[in-house]
Amino acid sequence: MNASGKTGPLVEVEDLSVNFVTRESNVRAVNGVTFTMMPGEVLCVLGESGSGKSVTMRALMRLLPPKRSVITGKIRVAGEDVLAMSEAALRRMRGATVSMIFQEPMTAFDPVTRVGDQITEVIRLHRGVNQAAARQRALDLFELVRIPSAQQRLDAYPHELSGGLRQRAMIALALSCEPKLLLADEPTTALDATVQIQVLILLRRLQQELGMSVIFVTHDLGVAAEIADRVAVMYAGRVVESGPVRDVLRSPLHPYTAGLLASTVHDQPPGRDLETIPGAPPDMRNLPPGCSFAPRCSLAGDDCRTTTPPAIEAAPGRIARCLRVHAPEAALV
Amino acid sequence: MDTSTTLAPIDARDRGGPRQPLLIVRNLRKHFPIRSGVLGRVSAHVRAVDGVSFTVMKGETLGIVGESGCGKSTVARLLMRLLKPDGGEHIFDGEAVGEAGGISVAEMRRQVQMVFQDSASSLNPRMPVQGSVAFGPIAFGTPRDRALAQARQLLAKVGLDPVLYGGRYPHELSGGQKQRVNVARALALDPRMVILDEAVSALDKSIEAQVLNLLQALRRELQLTYVFISHDLSVVRWISDRVMVMYLGEVVEIGPSNAIYETPKHPYTRALLASRPALDPDNRRLEAPVSGDPPSPINPPSGCRFHTRCPFAEPVCSARAPALGEGDVMAHLAACHMQDAASGHSKAVREIRH
Amino acid sequence: MSTTTATASPPATINATPPRQRGYWGNVGYRLRYDPVTLLFGTVLLLIILCAIFAPLIAPFDPYQESIIRRLKPPGYRGHILGTDELGRDVLSRILFGGRITLTMGILPVMVATLIGGGLGVLAGFAGGLINALIMRVMDVFYAFPSVLLAVAISGAMGGGAVNGMIALTLVFIPPLCRVAETATTQVRNLDFVDAAKATGAPLRLVLWHHVLGNILGPVLIYASSLVSVSIILASGLSFLGLGVTPPEPDWGLMLNALRQAIYISPLVAAMPGIAILITSISMNMVSDGLRSAMDVRS
Repeated sequence: MNASGKTGPLVEVEDLSVNFVTRESNVRAVNGVTFTMMPGEVLCVLGESGSGKSVTMRALMRLLPPKRSVITGKIRVAGEDVLAMSEAALRRMRGATVSMIFQEPMTAFDPVTRVGDQITEVIRLHRGVNQAAARQRALDLFELVRIPSAQQRLDAYPHELSGGLRQRAMIALALSCEPKLLLADEPTTALDATVQIQVLILLRRLQQELGMSVIFVTHDLGVAAEIADRVAVMYAGRVVESGPVRDVLRSPLHPYTAGLLASTVHDQPPGRDLETIPGAPPDMRNLPPGCSFAPRCSLAGDDCRTTTPPAIEAAPGRIARCLRVHAPEAALV
Repeated sequence: MDTSTTLAPIDARDRGGPRQPLLIVRNLRKHFPIRSGVLGRVSAHVRAVDGVSFTVMKGETLGIVGESGCGKSTVARLLMRLLKPDGGEHIFDGEAVGEAGGISVAEMRRQVQMVFQDSASSLNPRMPVQGSVAFGPIAFGTPRDRALAQARQLLAKVGLDPVLYGGRYPHELSGGQKQRVNVARALALDPRMVILDEAVSALDKSIEAQVLNLLQALRRELQLTYVFISHDLSVVRWISDRVMVMYLGEVVEIGPSNAIYETPKHPYTRALLASRPALDPDNRRLEAPVSGDPPSPINPPSGCRFHTRCPFAEPVCSARAPALGEGDVMAHLAACHMQDAASGHSKAVREIRH
Repeated sequence: MSTTTATASPPATINATPPRQRGYWGNVGYRLRYDPVTLLFGTVLLLIILCAIFAPLIAPFDPYQESIIRRLKPPGYRGHILGTDELGRDVLSRILFGGRITLTMGILPVMVATLIGGGLGVLAGFAGGLINALIMRVMDVFYAFPSVLLAVAISGAMGGGAVNGMIALTLVFIPPLCRVAETATTQVRNLDFVDAAKATGAPLRLVLWHHVLGNILGPVLIYASSLVSVSIILASGLSFLGLGVTPPEPDWGLMLNALRQAIYISPLVAAMPGIAILITSISMNMVSDGLRSAMDVRS
């Protein structure tokens, strides 16, 4: 790739696989995930627990335990090969190019240090500015994420902040070095409904103002609808469908996406049974051959149980891994 | 076999007939003391449940919604008497619970069971799941073998093959399977009422729908009465006949499900409903309905507890607490000064008078 | 309507996994069998205990038989496999016989303390409130002193001898075991399954027995087993100071004390009782570690 590439993709993941190896078992958490992402895009990785969505995200930052995890494939972030990086280069990337926010903000903060001091310290470390400048920047960040009475809140300890404020403070911390890419791992899942929507709107606004790219991991279709440009639906360690959020939510291609949409409770008439996907996700230590969704799929045939479906581009920008989905040319024949 | 007799419309334990509410709660209160200092002096109270009143009819499902700290889980534990209320009346099928001349707590517990949220900690990790299901009946004197046989039948009823799963330990089951076991355990004593405290909240969406369908089927088959507690408004709407909205330990609105969702009266209910993600990328929420987090229930705001976040707040709202009012069971009530023409609020309902 | 068992899962899955009917302890045993390290040290421990029990049968010499001419001979001297001590007694025989006293002083105090301390801890944890405060504050008083000092002080106050030494050790171990049991009980008591059991209306004693005890037994037993090696070392220390077992009884700590003066003359012999203590306590710790991982159902 040429290095001029401001117009090139920010993230390229090719055939990423992550195995967790222990003495007794081999968990195939991610099995050949491929996606690219342009600068300024918001990609939602949608999936249920155990689908490999968080593991994919951590692999992007190489945050997985090196002894127990085997990562194969290619990850390039801002043109650099993440899997080949030295520890020093990795440290520079984390925070400066890529930053991460989590479901539980308490994990990101030291409980016995004031939040303002923590953010100030990070800014000084990464930017080499003096204390006063760093403090001013921290205050600007708190105002950016709309923390009321920011000046006083800088001097608060993490436990003194409410859940929503803590989440905002963590976003401020993550933005302190102006990352090109923000990884968000279910940052609104633990929040109350009225607070969740505030944080979602804030993230959307920040993303647009700062021109950042965001990868947003969630299990909630509604959250994806609020924030995503594109979605990638994961099931059993694979991206089974990806495409623009509008198209995927309106006319899902993959039976799993369709089932997920149908079984999400949202103003269905009471008194009638909800549509469900029968069965449960597969054991990741012992994945079935062929399509992992076949055992739960109403459209599955014998071919699904033997052949792993290839990625098919059914429409421009829309990819599905399902034998029942056809490329447009094939459909015309 | 005994469950097939539920085709008979009248339960032997039924006292007042179908018109008598199964549960009446009046002015229920629970304040947790906060102790501080070396001597453990009480410095403040968490006013977790502060004067809650409601009624549950036989065979209906009452949904309780609200955000964290609103007291909905405390209500569940009070109804089960896992916590002792600080005040208020608690009447089960016409009999006062735990009072002289009423029904004893132990007897009430045989008729009211609970399903807990956290499927991980709600099953004994050292006990095969059929043992957990059979524990209640064994404690009440059912011979062990018969109780275990019943437990296996119940596991089958909630969709778990007893041969395959009965002898397993909780860690060998998935979250959805554990929650099915929890449902089976709640049914083991053949209760009349089940309290479901965030029973599906921890489950994946595709599993959540399965368990919700199961709960509805069981309710119909066994003629159960549910109190369904959740933070998920969509789920509550689907399962409930009536809905009660709580905020900081108080009931702010109660009424038939359709009324609450179609014509919410309280600004908080409207905010909650408007905070739900739209599921439509072309119709995104542009502005948050309310700002800030719910305040702490330790020192709740004066007057109407929602006035600190309410877009319509006026001086009267912080001065005086609005009353929920009274009505029959199906009445749609909201504790808001705007619903009371005499409150002095500038937006108080007037059109009704015209 | 069909009968109640109509809604079972599809038949295809029935023979997927065989039904598991191994009980909890069966599971623990099954896992221990596949843990070579624990098995190895368990065997060593078993051998040590068997040696102590059958000491009269396997000891090559009388452990009390002194000999002026055979003092402090090196290992291998005329059939004295581990040499002789400062009074010419066979060290191997004394270690074998000494195991009886030393192991008893290691295990018995811990067992008694587990019953008393564990019981108090469960009571404190489950009752909470005033009872908890009362029990735990008394324990805190004992906690204020280092265990060695406490053992020395108690047995010093009661006078020497093996029995008094064991009583002292028991008293030393009650507070930590009580603390562990109390912490475990408090944690378990707040879990939902205990509430669920209470919500069935079952009597409290059944809830305690079926849902609380089973879940704290693991941590308490594991902690107790790790205390055995501490107890052996403390018992040896008491004897070393002249407070536990009195001469000429063969106790490992006492032997270590007596042979201390010979450390420059016959260092190898002088080290023997120490090695015995070391091997026993390492084995005990390893077995306790193995037990800990085997008893963790979730792994």
